[in-house]
Amino acid sequence: MAILLNRSTRVIVQGFTGKIGSFHAEDMKRYGTKLVGGVTPGKGGQTHLGLPVFNTVKGAVRETRAEASIVFVPPPFAADSIMEAADAGIKLCVCITDGIPSQDMMQVKRYMRRYRFEDRMRLVGPNCAGVITPGQALMGIMPGSIYLPGRVGIVGRSGTLGYEAASQMKALGIGVSTSVGIGGDPINGSSFKDILQLFERDDDTDAVVMIGEIGGPQEAEAALWARDNMRKPLIAYIAGLSAPKGRRMGHAGAIISAFGESAQEKVEILKEAGVVIVPTPASFGEVVADTLARTKKAA
Amino acid sequence: MDIHEYQAKELLARHGVHVPRGGLAYSPEQATYRAREIGGSKWVLKAQVHSGARGKAGGIKLCSNDEEISNAAEAMLGRKLVTHQTGPRGKLISRLYLEEAVDIAQELYLGFVLDRKEERVMIVASAAGGMEIEDISEKQPDSIIRATVDPGVGMQGFQAREIAFGLGLDSSLIGKATETILGCYQVFRDYDAAMLEINPLVVTRDGSLVALDAKMSFDENALFRRPEISELRDKSQEDPRETFASDRGLSYVGLDGNIGCIINGAGLAMATMDMIKIAGGEPANFLDIGGGASPERVAKSFRAVLGDKQVETILVNIFAGINRCDWVAEGVIKAIREVGVDVPLVVRLSGTKVEEGRRILADSGEAVIVADTLAEAAEKAVAAWREATKNKKAA
Repeated sequence: MAILLNRSTRVIVQGFTGKIGSFHAEDMKRYGTKLVGGVTPGKGGQTHLGLPVFNTVKGAVRETRAEASIVFVPPPFAADSIMEAADAGIKLCVCITDGIPSQDMMQVKRYMRRYRFEDRMRLVGPNCAGVITPGQALMGIMPGSIYLPGRVGIVGRSGTLGYEAASQMKALGIGVSTSVGIGGDPINGSSFKDILQLFERDDDTDAVVMIGEIGGPQEAEAALWARDNMRKPLIAYIAGLSAPKGRRMGHAGAIISAFGESAQEKVEILKEAGVVIVPTPASFGEVVADTLARTKKAA
Repeated sequence: MDIHEYQAKELLARHGVHVPRGGLAYSPEQATYRAREIGGSKWVLKAQVHSGARGKAGGIKLCSNDEEISNAAEAMLGRKLVTHQTGPRGKLISRLYLEEAVDIAQELYLGFVLDRKEERVMIVASAAGGMEIEDISEKQPDSIIRATVDPGVGMQGFQAREIAFGLGLDSSLIGKATETILGCYQVFRDYDAAMLEINPLVVTRDGSLVALDAKMSFDENALFRRPEISELRDKSQEDPRETFASDRGLSYVGLDGNIGCIINGAGLAMATMDMIKIAGGEPANFLDIGGGASPERVAKSFRAVLGDKQVETILVNIFAGINRCDWVAEGVIKAIREVGVDVPLVVRLSGTKVEEGRRILADSGEAVIVADTLAEAAEKAVAAWREATKNKKAA
């Protein structure tokens, strides 16, 4: 069933009645996502886009049995919304909001640890494009049309670079099981490793494409985990070859501030761990096709 | 966002960190006047620029009379200080800070950063201060003490004491050191800092603990709730190309190449720059135009990119998700007609409404080089740039 999301996942939208929330809620509904309602404090009891609006996430969960929530709440209030979802028993929260202060995210991560691991909400993002299981459901802002349903997982920090990879794959007839945007912030809900663990266990995924970038330790951590634990092929690209040290490249987390955080250094670490490297951002399609062909031959 | 040393020291002093007596000066006269105010017989004149390693670059001078202060100030003001952190363009010195000289017995290092692995604030300290932390971790890795703070409860006294004892300080200094470390954490947390570095933190010959230098930067995502920090922004320390772009809500980073980039999404922007490099060119900038790029926003981006006189070719690469290619194409045509684009222009559109977008470009009659794929876009941009520079040389 792919990972995280499928056609029967019951989804609510936090920040439902706002302009951005409304726009994407309609888009997600059109794609086939099982949208069951939304939350905007103070607008409970109203109907929006033909769905019920609730004042609190707890209220929405009680009435709709929602399991998943997508957050479009503005940065000053987004951390609060994520914690509200965690407390209401939401299992998967995807936060699209860009611009949440790092200290707020530290609080969020700390707060989530109050729940036992089995009961703990999984957070994806913030500052991400969301999650899509092509042909089934969309919890995000990506254009659904560029993904062919299939058996390759994608996990990446960037939205549009993920689209680039998916469309190169589609051009060669290669489809996607689930694509997960983990976001460009320095502190995020799910790491590359967290998502690789899910893909490795997923019967509908044959290989995984990881799209990383400069800054932070997560790509290296994921590569080491994959070396020791992953049987499926892992294919990776690291963006930012031309990024100078100490300069933030758009994403709050895309900054080389320590040893091992440049694109060149990460590529070396990944290579050593046996990860298949996509040498240029124009060769996602070819490298994935080659890797799949080789794996098939070996099997 | 970075702030100046004197601004950081003001914040720290308010939270129990000892700093040398000092004062700000915009002119040599003011600097000598400050010496009178501070008193004593030896002073240090420090160029206020957003960079470390100022000493080696001539930005820090020890002075013992008015004439020396005045001459040093004269030599520094209005000059650009070039360090390995500023890049070759350097940073303008328009403010000076004069401080009483301190008799140093020992130099320590104290830093606070956001540790991305632990997802917490991390304190890094070492008894081997005075050199950069990279050098300390290379030359004396065993001297480094680390601790992380639980964001639920904040930094605890015992953590600060452990660091103070770990630094091997005399027992008479433990109380002051603990207060200093906790004070720094307070400032870091209360003002949403991203980095705080006191290097060196010194033990003076008369047995006090003083922050001799202070460097701070702040989480830009938190500035909305820290107006007192936003006020400390000094635009003279920024690349003017970046100030122009950020004032217009664009995410831009100036680089040293000749191919200007206009792209949507930070990851795709970095990847496109990589592709330019692989194709044999050098990007002039990073620019993420963001989601929902209206024709006006596209035109603004052209202004920002063309403001850099080194730009000899422009590459536009848009993968439209929320964006629409037809709007982007309209923006490109609008920019050509209103801004005036006198360098070769390569445009690659993909995603939502791509056919409409391409038609608008084709029907416009403007000289736009169209590319279908990312590889083609980078290759065409580099080829156009080579052609343009060849013609320029010939002319």
